[in-house]
Amino acid sequence: MSVPSTWSMFRWIVWRDLMLAWRRRADVLSTLFFFMIVVSLFPLSTSPDPQLLKSIAPGVVWVAALLASMLSLGRLFANDYADGTLEQILLTPQPLYLIVAGKVLAQWIVSEVPLVLVAPVLGVQFGLSQNTLLVLGLSLVLGTPVLSLIGSIGAALTLGLRSSNVLVALLVLPLYIPVLIFGALAVDASIAGTSPQSHLSLLGAVLILAVVFAPWATSAALKISIE
Amino acid sequence: MNIYKYASPSNFYPLAGKMIPWFAIPATLLFIVGLYVGFFVAPTDFQQGDAYRIIFIHVPAAWMGMMLYVLMAAYAGIGWAFNARLASMMATSLSITGALFTFLSLVTGAFWGKPTWGTWWVWDARMTSTLILLFLYIGFISLQSSIEDPRRADRAGAVLALVGVINVPIIYFSVQWWNTLHQGATIRILNKPTMAPPMLAAMLIMLAACWLYSVAVVLVRLRCIILEREHEAGRPLRSPATSKLSAMESI
Repeated sequence: MSVPSTWSMFRWIVWRDLMLAWRRRADVLSTLFFFMIVVSLFPLSTSPDPQLLKSIAPGVVWVAALLASMLSLGRLFANDYADGTLEQILLTPQPLYLIVAGKVLAQWIVSEVPLVLVAPVLGVQFGLSQNTLLVLGLSLVLGTPVLSLIGSIGAALTLGLRSSNVLVALLVLPLYIPVLIFGALAVDASIAGTSPQSHLSLLGAVLILAVVFAPWATSAALKISIE
Repeated sequence: MNIYKYASPSNFYPLAGKMIPWFAIPATLLFIVGLYVGFFVAPTDFQQGDAYRIIFIHVPAAWMGMMLYVLMAAYAGIGWAFNARLASMMATSLSITGALFTFLSLVTGAFWGKPTWGTWWVWDARMTSTLILLFLYIGFISLQSSIEDPRRADRAGAVLALVGVINVPIIYFSVQWWNTLHQGATIRILNKPTMAPPMLAAMLIMLAACWLYSVAVVLVRLRCIILEREHEAGRPLRSPATSKLSAMESI
């Protein structure tokens, strides 16, 4: 039997995880609804004053995105770990880096892309202008992959531990802070009428760093957890 | 003499016991000298009055909090890369002291802020990033304490600490950026250009005392960790060689 090429392995991993997610659609939808509910709680807990809502909107949407992305981290490796697939994946000759990158990509498509798509609708509820909605979407497109990438490190480290869901939040949320700051500041800048370009560029820089380093750290963490 | 002998926890245990007084006693003396200079020799600040004197513990604590995090990550990395148990135990031992110093710097900062700024807490860049540093310590400690297998705890902690070290500059920079955009430079810490020499002396003496104290306390805690983990060293059920073999099998 010939060994599949690295690239086809990558495609296979992404495809497989997307198929698995498609078979369990309810999980994806529950993350999405969680995001929407958290965002709608803020006007209820503060006030319906449009001016206030406008000023808190960037922070609210970004914090809700952070929390929602924590929810789906548990599923990233846990099912494969439970049924032993993960061990078989680690045994394959293909570089683990790409396998991890493939799993993270699939997780991003399944859990984060719906958030990015629905975020502008929520932005309208907060009275954001069209231009700001565009910036919000763009900042989420650049920022949410970083959340998935950093989150995968936490998910791999806490694999198979008691109360791993709470632990993941504790490990990963402080590391999310730069993304939160740059993302929210970009939207802020757009609301204030200045150019959000510098914040978006920084977000892009963080994304590049995360793409280079995070799958590597996740691979190391997976090997440690499987031993 | 072969110094590598002391890389083994059971050989290092008695050496650590002998080293502790050499750090603990000078630490005590320097604390006394530093506090004396700080309270009685250093002049009263013309703007802040006597309230400023808390910086003699606050500033060293903040420095220790940051430096011990880097040191902890370095030890954890060494322990992971070279499979050195003692270095990993050192990292675990350092994490508690580092977290305590970080916490102390936040609390003393609040005590200083109340009379000087009129508020316990300001979302100042330094305070915010110190708070985040405390969160990073807490993450490290809680990850290690929720993993049963000590070797897995060591390695998992190492990955987290190293990821944290890469992130600390980014976090610091982003917090600074966020802070300058959100509030103007209304508050400056120590807006005097220079410090009086006795003030600086007291601060440096306290810093030295904090270092010596940290070494002593970390060694005491290290001895406890060695006792906890290696009390079966006489009857090696899982000697390093066999655990390495089983590790290779499982990969």
